[in-house]
Amino acid sequence: MAGEAPGWLGRLHNALSRTRATLAARVDALLAGPIDEAFFTELEETLVQADVGVPLSGAITQQLRERSRGLSSPDAVRSTLAEIIGEMLGTPGVLHLDPPPAVILILGANGSGKTTTIAKLAHRLRQEDRRVLLAAGDTFRAAAIEQLEIWGGRVGAPVIRHQAGADPAAVVFDAAQAAVARGADVLIVDTAGRLHTKVNLMEELKKVNRVVTRALPAAPVERLLVLDATTGQNGLAQAKHFHDAVGLTGLVLTKLDGTAKGGIVVAVAQTLRVPITFIGTGEGLDDLQPFHAAAFAEALLAAS
Amino acid sequence: MFEGLQQRLGEIVRKVTGRGALSADDVDATLREVRLALLEADVNFKVARDFVARVRSAAVGQQVWKHLSPGHQVVKTVHEELVRLLGGEARELRVAPHRPSIILLVGLNGVGKTTTAAKLAGHLRRRGRAPLLVATDLQRPAAVTQLEVVGAQVGVPVFSAPGATDPVAVARAALARAESEGHDVVVVDSAGRQHVDEPLMAELSAMHAALAPQETLLVLDAMAGQDAVTSAEQFAARLPIDGLILTKLDGDARGGAALSVVSAIGRPILFVGVGERLDALEAFHPDRMASRILGMGDVLTLIERAQEATSAASAAETERKLRRAQFTLSDFLEQLRQVRQMGPLDQLLDMIPGFAKARQAGLTVDEKQLRRIEAMIQSMTPQERATPSIIDGSRRRRIARGSGVTVQEVNRLLKQFEEARRLLRHVDEHARGRGPLPFPPR
Ligand SMILES: Nc1nc2c(ncn2[C@@H]2O[C@H](COP(=O)(O)OP(=O)(O)OP(=O)(O)O)[C@@H](O)[C@H]2O)c(=O)[nH]1
Ligand SMILES: [Mg+2]
Repeated sequence: MAGEAPGWLGRLHNALSRTRATLAARVDALLAGPIDEAFFTELEETLVQADVGVPLSGAITQQLRERSRGLSSPDAVRSTLAEIIGEMLGTPGVLHLDPPPAVILILGANGSGKTTTIAKLAHRLRQEDRRVLLAAGDTFRAAAIEQLEIWGGRVGAPVIRHQAGADPAAVVFDAAQAAVARGADVLIVDTAGRLHTKVNLMEELKKVNRVVTRALPAAPVERLLVLDATTGQNGLAQAKHFHDAVGLTGLVLTKLDGTAKGGIVVAVAQTLRVPITFIGTGEGLDDLQPFHAAAFAEALLAAS
Repeated sequence: MFEGLQQRLGEIVRKVTGRGALSADDVDATLREVRLALLEADVNFKVARDFVARVRSAAVGQQVWKHLSPGHQVVKTVHEELVRLLGGEARELRVAPHRPSIILLVGLNGVGKTTTAAKLAGHLRRRGRAPLLVATDLQRPAAVTQLEVVGAQVGVPVFSAPGATDPVAVARAALARAESEGHDVVVVDSAGRQHVDEPLMAELSAMHAALAPQETLLVLDAMAGQDAVTSAEQFAARLPIDGLILTKLDGDARGGAALSVVSAIGRPILFVGVGERLDALEAFHPDRMASRILGMGDVLTLIERAQEATSAASAAETERKLRRAQFTLSDFLEQLRQVRQMGPLDQLLDMIPGFAKARQAGLTVDEKQLRRIEAMIQSMTPQERATPSIIDGSRRRRIARGSGVTVQEVNRLLKQFEEARRLLRHVDEHARGRGPLPFPPR
C-alpha cells in the first residue's frame, strides 16, 4: 500500500515509549555478563512473558544458542536474535487492492477490535483517495450496525446495511452489488465477533466468504484476522480455525497501546505462514500502522 | 491442540513407582510438567513460578498413598492448591443492604463489559430486584445504543444522557434517578480503557469516588495472556477492585489469566460468562476452573477421587463379587461410604457425563437420605446383610426401630438395593466395574 500517513513512525514510537528498554538495551543488559546458560534462560523467560509461548520461546533460544557460537560482540548476538525472530515473522503483509473493486473481509473473536479497525482502514484508504464502501455484516451484536454507521459517517464511507438479525450473507451480497454499481474501489466487510469453537458461526463465515467470491469473481479478496494483543496462547487456535475456514491473507494485531506484547503472532505467523499486515495502537482513526518486524521484535523483548 | 496434562504425565506416572514418602525427584518431574501446563494455559510466568515453588515445598515428604501414583498425587495436590487459590467457595454478589446498591463494571477494551452488565442486571431482576442500567461509555460509537438494546432484552431500564460528554456527571445523574424511581440496584457500564491511559484512568477513579459502589468488578477476558496481571494490577492501583467476572469461557481458552489475576490482586471471581446470550452468566466454580487450567476434564477429577476412596484391592474384590452375584448389603454400605468420602454428592453428580442433564430434569440426591440408609444397614445382622432375602416383616420392624426410620423406608431401601445390584451388574458388563459404584436411585 502506498503513501503511509505522515508521522506514523512517530506515533508508533510514542506508543512504545513507555517500554523504551529496547532490544538493544535489553540484550546489552543481558550481555553485561557472559553469554552463558543464565543469559539464555532469561531470554527464554522474557519471550514467554511476551506470550510467544513455551515451545517457540525454546526454539528461538535454541537457534540463538547455535547461531551465536563463536560470536563475541553483543551487536552480533543482537542482530542474530533479531534475524531469528524476523524469519519467523516473515515479510509483512501488503494489501492487494487492484483491480477494483477489492474486498476486505474483517474477521475475529468477540471484542478483538474489528469494527474500529475497519474505521481506521477506511480512513487510511480514504486518505489515498480511494472510494470505500462498508458492509454491516455484523447483524448479531446489539448496535453493531449503528457503530459502523457512525464510523462510516466520520470517515466518509457509505454503509450498506440490513436490519438487525438479518442474514449476513445477504448483506454482503447486496454490498457487493452496490460496490460495482457505485464504482467503489474497496468494499470492507464487518463481521460479527465469534469464537472459533462455534461450528455454526464458522459455517456462517464460510458462507459470507463464498458469497463474496461468487458475487465478485474477479475481485481481489483480503481476509484479515483481527487479533487482540492481550490474547494468550488461545490466539494460535483461533488463527488456525479462521485460516481453515476461509484462508487468511493477513493479520491485524490490535491494542498494542497497552503493555501486552502480542507475542502469539510470532507463533501464528510461523505456524500458518500468514503475514502480519497492520498493528492497532489506539482508539483513534490514525492509530493503525503497517507492521514492521524489526520494531515489533524490539518491543517483544522490552521489559513491561 | 495442547496435550492435556494428564496425557503428558502418563510417562512420568509409569516411570515413577516409588513408595513411602514422595521424593524430591518424583515431585520435580511432575512439577516441571505442571509448570508447562500452567504456562500453556496462560497463567502468568511469575504466578506459575511462585505457585509451583509453594506446591513443591508442600508436596515433598508427603506420605505416598497406596492407590495413587506419585505423579497423580502431586497433580492432586496441585489441583487442591489451585482450587484454594481460586477462592475455594464462590462469593455472592453484595447487593444489600444499601439502597440503591451500586455495581460498577470496569476493564480493558473489548473484554465484554456491556454484555456482562446486561447479563448481571437480568440476573438481578430474575431474583426479584429492580435494577437500573447506566450507560457511561461515551467513548465508543453506539455503546449507549448497545446497552439500551440489551437492557430492553433483559427487561431492565437503561439510564443514558444524550449529548453528555462527562461520564462522571452521567453516573451522578443516574444515582439521583435510581433513588427517585426506587431502583434497588444500579449496574454501571463504563468505557473500555487501557490501564496506561492516564486521563481515562483518572476519569475512572473519579467515577468510583462519585459512585462509592458496593461492588467494583473487573471484567476479564478468558483468552487473556501474560499481560492480564499487569493490567489488573494497574486497575487495582487506581480503584479498589472487589471481584472479577471472567468472560468468553464458552470458547476453548484454558483461562489461566483467571488464576494470575486472582493471585495478583487477591480478589475472587464472582461470575463467568459462557455465551453471547444474555442468560449465559454462571456462578464461578473454582474446582472446574482448576481442572480446566490444568487441562484435565472433570471426569478425571472424579476418577482421581474414586481412586482415592476405593483402594485398588477393594475394587478388585468388588468386581469379583459382582461377577459372582455375591454383592451384599455390607458391600453396599462400604460403597456408600466411599462415595460419600469423595465429596459433596451433587458436585460429584455434575462431573458424570450425562448427569448434569438428569439433574436439570429434577434428579436430586439427598445427603440426609444417605445417612439414614447407612443407619439402617448398620442395624442389620451380618446374616441379613449377606442375604437380604431373609429379611421378613418382623426383621424389618426391628431394623426400622433400631435406626429410627419407618418400615416403609426399610422396604424402600431393600428395593433400592435390588435395583442397585441390577445396576451394578450392568455397570460391570460395560465398564468392567472400575471407578465408583452408583448409589441407589430414588
Ligand atoms: N486501546 C485500543 N483500543 C482498541 C483498539 N482497537 C479497538 N479498540 C477498542 O476495543 C473495543 C472493541 O472494539 P470493536 O472495534 O468494537 O471490536 P469488535 O471486534 O468489532 O467487537 P465485536 O463486534 O463486539 O466483536 C472498543 O472499545 C474499541 O475502541 C486499539 O488498537 N487500541
Ligand atoms: Mg464489531
